[in-house]
Amino acid sequence: MKNGFVIFLAAFGVLLMSWSTFVLLPQLQLGGAKQVAVLNSSDVYPVNRPGEANQGLQVYRANGCAACHTEQVQQTGVVCEVVLTSAGKNPSVVSNLVATLKLRSLTEQEAEAAAGKITAAGGKAETHVIATGADIARGWGLRRSVAQDFLYDNLVQLGSLRVGPDLADVGRRRPDANWQLLHLYAPKSVVENSAMPPFRYLFETKKIGATPSPDALILKKEFAPAAGYEVVPKPEAKKLVAYLLSLHTDVPLYDAPFTALQTSTNAPAK
Amino acid sequence: MTVNETNKIDASCRVPLLVLFGGAAMWLVLGSVLALAASLTFHMPDKFGDCTWGTYGHLQPAADNALLYGFCIPAGLGVVLWIFARLGQTPLRGALVPVIAAHLWHLGVLVGLVGIFVGDSTGYAWLEFPRGGSALLFFAYMLLGLWALMNFSGRREGGMFPSHWFLITALFLFPWIYSMANIMIVGWPVRGVVQAVIAWWFGNNLTFLWTSLIGLGTAFYFLPKFSGRPLHTYFYALFAFWTLIIFGSMRGVPIGAPVPAWLPALSALNSLMLLVPIAAIVVIGWKTIRGGTGQACKGGSYCMIKFGFVSFILSALLLVTSACSHFSQLTQFTWFGAAQTQLQLYGFFTVTMFGAIYYILPRAVGIEFAFPKFIRLQHWLAMTGIILFVAALVIGGVAQGLKLQNPDAAFADSTKAALPFLRASTMGLMLMLLANLLFALNVFAMIGAWKWSLVKTVFAAVIAPLNKPEVKA
Repeated sequence: MKNGFVIFLAAFGVLLMSWSTFVLLPQLQLGGAKQVAVLNSSDVYPVNRPGEANQGLQVYRANGCAACHTEQVQQTGVVCEVVLTSAGKNPSVVSNLVATLKLRSLTEQEAEAAAGKITAAGGKAETHVIATGADIARGWGLRRSVAQDFLYDNLVQLGSLRVGPDLADVGRRRPDANWQLLHLYAPKSVVENSAMPPFRYLFETKKIGATPSPDALILKKEFAPAAGYEVVPKPEAKKLVAYLLSLHTDVPLYDAPFTALQTSTNAPAK
Repeated sequence: MTVNETNKIDASCRVPLLVLFGGAAMWLVLGSVLALAASLTFHMPDKFGDCTWGTYGHLQPAADNALLYGFCIPAGLGVVLWIFARLGQTPLRGALVPVIAAHLWHLGVLVGLVGIFVGDSTGYAWLEFPRGGSALLFFAYMLLGLWALMNFSGRREGGMFPSHWFLITALFLFPWIYSMANIMIVGWPVRGVVQAVIAWWFGNNLTFLWTSLIGLGTAFYFLPKFSGRPLHTYFYALFAFWTLIIFGSMRGVPIGAPVPAWLPALSALNSLMLLVPIAAIVVIGWKTIRGGTGQACKGGSYCMIKFGFVSFILSALLLVTSACSHFSQLTQFTWFGAAQTQLQLYGFFTVTMFGAIYYILPRAVGIEFAFPKFIRLQHWLAMTGIILFVAALVIGGVAQGLKLQNPDAAFADSTKAALPFLRASTMGLMLMLLANLLFALNVFAMIGAWKWSLVKTVFAAVIAPLNKPEVKA
């Protein structure tokens, strides 16, 4: 390679290949993505976030929240469970059969076979699909995050470091806006060993006027302002909370299936 | 080439280099102060809650960008300008343009950093600078790159050296990836996760490939010079060049990302394939350095470039681990990634640039460094600092990952597991800050001495007695 032009061509060719593979192809594959159907439902997914939540995404960006938080739940795979829903007319036969069958941690084929046997014996069974992995076990989401979750976001803050917990599903996990505000103002007031810095600058401490502000935070004694003062969230804090509450990965999709079960949504995550 | 000609070539680069390296030294110190402050937010999180700019989310991106855009790129471009002039034996012409471009570059960095602190960050790693800053950077880079290439194409010594391949490719690389990323993410954003994929592509190509090309191109110029042996060999270098740009440019999407599965899979495959250029580069380095008849190392430029070379091998090997899905599942989202990035940007690139600048500046300016003893001390501080930082965060990252992957351990345990290692890494940052201060001191003293000599020249010209004929007239 004695010639500068040859080097230019080499660099150009390699860069073109790299750009086509990692920029052009993903855009061709995903650029035209549309809403998809939710499994076992007539709904479509996703819907655009509310306006205030979209503004909150900008607060999230401006404060660099993604430096410590990810928004991507990961899963290692799925397992199936067979659940007996009705013993039918011959309960003893079915219950004897169920006692001999393995009903948890099954592959899809095994689950179908087991359910088939129960049905043949006259009972009724349902097959549940459950995502697996450390994130799921922590309660950070019901399935992994997929590209579809970010379809309408014009800023995708996937993050790369988990100094704080994953937030992809925080809206389901912590649906209480008041809790979120308290946590932003004084993290240790709600999570004892939190390593998160307080974001007091998103709040205003002001003298209580003729009537106390309805938005004022109700803080524990050691975090409360001086007597006669109240802590009121600024609009940024409210927008940020609206965004956090809009984060969900709890909809079963073809790409990431699971069986939606009726469980308590207020259970705090581990 | 006579000594006189060499001096002329060195002197032709003087002013652009002083502006590029002087600004770079300033950003380097500022960046390490910011990195230290960011690290301290973990040891006393309650102290930083009242001001917008004092949170980790502002300090860390600012520190990263100050290191990469403030130091690495202008230092790299300055070294490229000088190496091209030396290899082509052609003085740099029209030095005013690179001087203006260097000022524009540093202005762009200032605008970008202020942007991050007032909340105008774009939110994507390594691309945080808002439009105003990135437009200035792009324009300044084009001017500097153009001047380097013009010097190259007008060279008197017609040959091409392995350093040329690496440096020229890097010159082309940045405008391409920087414009694409800014257009498709900031200017006219594409939808959804494609933004994240482009940001990963950009980040890898800049922090890994660009720095590798410039750093290795510099090392391949200096190592034979210092060791007194020719580069071993032309064909190994050719092989390393091709495999590095092919495999190094086609990776960057982490495992498990919410994108089509072929992207992380292809990235992992190419990460593994990086072993090929790494092997070639190890052979080149080993055979070129071993049994050299040249100067001893003694903590000077040679030491720094050798240390940078070893750091590159280690940093690239850390990247290769991302090909192993079990290991990268464990380390992703932990401090492991920060350790790799810092090893690449500081242990490899910055230290290589230190070595090159300590060699180049006295020759270009014609003044020796004011504090030559600090050079050796600086090398030891930088080396200890980066080793402490990287070792602590690699181990800390694995400790944190083991807790994160174990759902029975509370989340807070993972943060707690990494905390002692984080403290050690803060110590490493302090050592690096000291090293950077010593470097900046020498560079600033050099600039001061040069300005003082200018003043003296002007003063001497003013008070010089007029020639007799003029007096008569």
